[in-house]
Amino acid sequence: MTAYIIRRLMQSAAVVLAMSVIVFLGLHVVGDPVYLLIDPQADQAEIERTIRRLGLDQPIWMQYFHFLKGALSGDLGKSFVHGTSALKLIVERMPATLEIAIAATLMAILLGIPLGLYAGLKPDSFASKSIMATSILGFSLPTFWVGIMMIMVFAVMLGWLPSTGRGPTATFLGITSSLFTIDGLRHITMPALNLALLKISLVIRLTRAGTREAIHQDYIKFARAKGIPTSRIVGVHLLKNIMIPVVTVLGLEFGSLIAFSVVTETIFAWPGMGKLLIDSIQTLDRPIIVAYLIIIVMLFVVINLIVDILYSILDPRVRIGEKSA
Amino acid sequence: MSTTDAGPAVAEDAAVRRPAVQTPFQRFVADYTESRLATIAFVALIVTMLLALIAPWIVPQNPYDLAQVDIMDSRLVPGTPASSGKYTHWLGTDGAGRDLVSAMLYGLRISLAVGVMSGLIAMALGAAIGLVAAYVGGKVESLIMRIVDLQLSFPAILVALMLIAILGKGVDKIIIALVTVQWAYYARTVRGSALVESRKEYVEAARCLGLSNGRILFGHILPNCLPPLIVVVTVQTAHAISLEATLSFLGVGLPQTEPSLGLLISNGFQYMLSGEYWISFFPGLVLLMTIVVINLVGDQLRDVLNPRLSK
Amino acid sequence: MSGSDQAAIEPTLAVSGLKTHFFTKAGVVKAVDGVSLHVNPGEILGLVGESGSGKSITGFSILGLIDAPGRIVEGSIRYKGRELTTSSDEELRSLRGDRIAMIFQDPMMTLNPVLRIDTQMIETVHVHHRVSKAEALERARAALAEVGIPSPESRLKNYPHELSGGMRQRVAIAIAFINKPDLIIADEPTTALDVTIQAQILAEAQALCARTGTAMIWITHDLAVVSSLADRIAVMYAGRIVETGRTADVVSAPRHPYTQGLINSVPSHNVRGSRLNQIPGMTPSLINLPKGCAFRTRCPQAIDACLEPPPIREIGPGREVRCFNPVGVARPATAEAAP
Repeated sequence: MTAYIIRRLMQSAAVVLAMSVIVFLGLHVVGDPVYLLIDPQADQAEIERTIRRLGLDQPIWMQYFHFLKGALSGDLGKSFVHGTSALKLIVERMPATLEIAIAATLMAILLGIPLGLYAGLKPDSFASKSIMATSILGFSLPTFWVGIMMIMVFAVMLGWLPSTGRGPTATFLGITSSLFTIDGLRHITMPALNLALLKISLVIRLTRAGTREAIHQDYIKFARAKGIPTSRIVGVHLLKNIMIPVVTVLGLEFGSLIAFSVVTETIFAWPGMGKLLIDSIQTLDRPIIVAYLIIIVMLFVVINLIVDILYSILDPRVRIGEKSA
Repeated sequence: MSTTDAGPAVAEDAAVRRPAVQTPFQRFVADYTESRLATIAFVALIVTMLLALIAPWIVPQNPYDLAQVDIMDSRLVPGTPASSGKYTHWLGTDGAGRDLVSAMLYGLRISLAVGVMSGLIAMALGAAIGLVAAYVGGKVESLIMRIVDLQLSFPAILVALMLIAILGKGVDKIIIALVTVQWAYYARTVRGSALVESRKEYVEAARCLGLSNGRILFGHILPNCLPPLIVVVTVQTAHAISLEATLSFLGVGLPQTEPSLGLLISNGFQYMLSGEYWISFFPGLVLLMTIVVINLVGDQLRDVLNPRLSK
Repeated sequence: MSGSDQAAIEPTLAVSGLKTHFFTKAGVVKAVDGVSLHVNPGEILGLVGESGSGKSITGFSILGLIDAPGRIVEGSIRYKGRELTTSSDEELRSLRGDRIAMIFQDPMMTLNPVLRIDTQMIETVHVHHRVSKAEALERARAALAEVGIPSPESRLKNYPHELSGGMRQRVAIAIAFINKPDLIIADEPTTALDVTIQAQILAEAQALCARTGTAMIWITHDLAVVSSLADRIAVMYAGRIVETGRTADVVSAPRHPYTQGLINSVPSHNVRGSRLNQIPGMTPSLINLPKGCAFRTRCPQAIDACLEPPPIREIGPGREVRCFNPVGVARPATAEAAP
């Protein structure tokens, strides 16, 4: 297991390095680094100074080396707009984004698995057909439009939930989050549900397909022949098998949740890193864009690593395969 | 006596034989129209495309001709007559006083044009790369597939946002971004089916005849990869339209001078909280219908074209 | 043993006139169409037939595990005098795995891949008996030892994929025996195993039944397997039992032409180098059975009478056959049929 984790860590480092080359090439070869990295308001002397500071007058491999050195020491440049470290700005906004992504993942699990199980166990019932039709719609609906409609219905027409912003935070078990206050929960419900819609549809489909496949397996029939009650067959025998693909997919989709939070955060004025990114694209605050890109790549790599390890813990067959390898 | 006996027998014979003389296209049409919903979706898709095509000749107002738009008419409730008195704003007007029906049809035109164009370019590019990967094999193939896998592991919206951050705004930039996001799907699909096809005997036969590589690739293998490709085209076009709308909504997509449906929704969003729902709602409905209709057609195409499902 | 004693023995299971049909779009599949059989305590009944003859469906019907679109349409299943066809789902569930257990064909598929062996064994005890976890674990260990698994203690901590096919089947048998049931239905449990392991498992199953007094229905397509194992044999064809009797009688002197065909097609009965004897034709579709005797179209000695469905007839003590023109019995007066 440890050998496996070390091997995966080395693979991950290789991916990050490869991505850093791509990011670098994107900025320095496809785009014009002078235009991308230097404040457009700067005067000629300032520009020259920055060119020298960034080493843009040096050969390209030296530039890459500089870029890598800066990135490794956590220096990804200063925001033109805020005047502070781009990295710090993003890290400050990260908890809000992670919070909404985690809330959306929880919703996908808590709503998607029971609905998918039901649709898989009773495929011919009217309720199951409605669930599946809704989940197909969930795939087609553009996230941002659903968000707007949610605001229209729940905030404007019914007045049940606040339409924008993040609620007050509280600290619980050393974690500061708006999930621990009532008003915070009221604020996060709509954005999290909006972000979760696609994933709920996905989990419903996965769970249903897994259920349909598993209930015809011999091990389920054998469990019935042992006299195991239906509740335990579904809750233990079936669920444990279905959880493996569901957890794996949800884990891999966590990265896409963070990416898609760009949309949700914009609609609901949620103060996360996605909103910061959109603001930065509009104000041409490029150091932030670069920092966001590097952070998100790291995040993806870390998530993939965690999912792989989680998968090998969940599925005994994989765990052994690694041990003997 | 004998003629009466032969009559029904001949008729029956013809009835039995008729399916056998069906052309593949006829069989395809018959299979497709088996689903009522999919047939309706197909008709709706044609109607949508026609409406977008002839929009300039059927709308009451050119929403981007400032001479025709009166700012005093802004945010009118659906059903209000225009101040000029020549027509009624059946779906109201937007913040700039543009007739919403007209703006929506123009927006639909732009959304469809961007979606279809990026889909076609991505298909041509992706299919060519996928074919080459399958046919050349070796290191070239594994390099291409590594890039495909790497790109597909990142969400489309992220890749698109990054490209736009680097390239800037504009119709051409958006199309470049959409093509970049999509080509990998086509490459993967075409490579997969080309690998299957290239092992079949007709390719061997073509080689024995001494046909050139290009001729075998594009004349023999590619046509046999078309069914899965067609399915991917429909699904990806719907994705592209949705993604473009999302980017435009975020304000990093198409410029205000070329407002797609996404931009119309975005413009109306600021009035949403004051209860002027129609400015966002109706363009959203059109966008939604377009995407759903394309997806329904794609779903049915997949069922009909999938060789594993056909009897 | 006197005749009156024998009558006093209540069979563990008595099935009579069982019909299990599947209502599919293509038509009604009469998978089981009037099966009657019984097993006495400690007895092993071999239920023999080709795939599709309805022998597995008979097994599942007894356990009440027939899913839609199938259902038992007629007949009775009596377990120790208790009628099962009219029992509630809950009553059937509490019998399953406790009083009546089942072993499946493919050991690679019957154990849940993501649950440890101990979990799968303990739950079988716990759902039927209120015992402590330690007690349940002890029973699991004992059951594994009983079926000849070395170091059962450590095997309990394993996942199914860590065991070989033969081991897994032993675990499944141990699970079937864990609550000391009165009846075990074994559905081709050795078909998927190597021949050597097959022989071991057969011997163990036989010994276990003798030791515990458990009755067993051993379902198989392989006459050679049951001839060394079963006390009695019931041969099934197209949803019906066509011949029953003591194993030695049926194997040495088959009466039904189908049973004879089965015996002749066992390779050991053939002279080396000569062609294998096969039953001509194919298993008929259960939706569209031939009129009269279902075996008629493949039968070498079909006569005109076979156009009517033959009744089952007793031709000796405990010996029954469903045939108008049985093998080795002087033909009834049908002069015109003789050449």
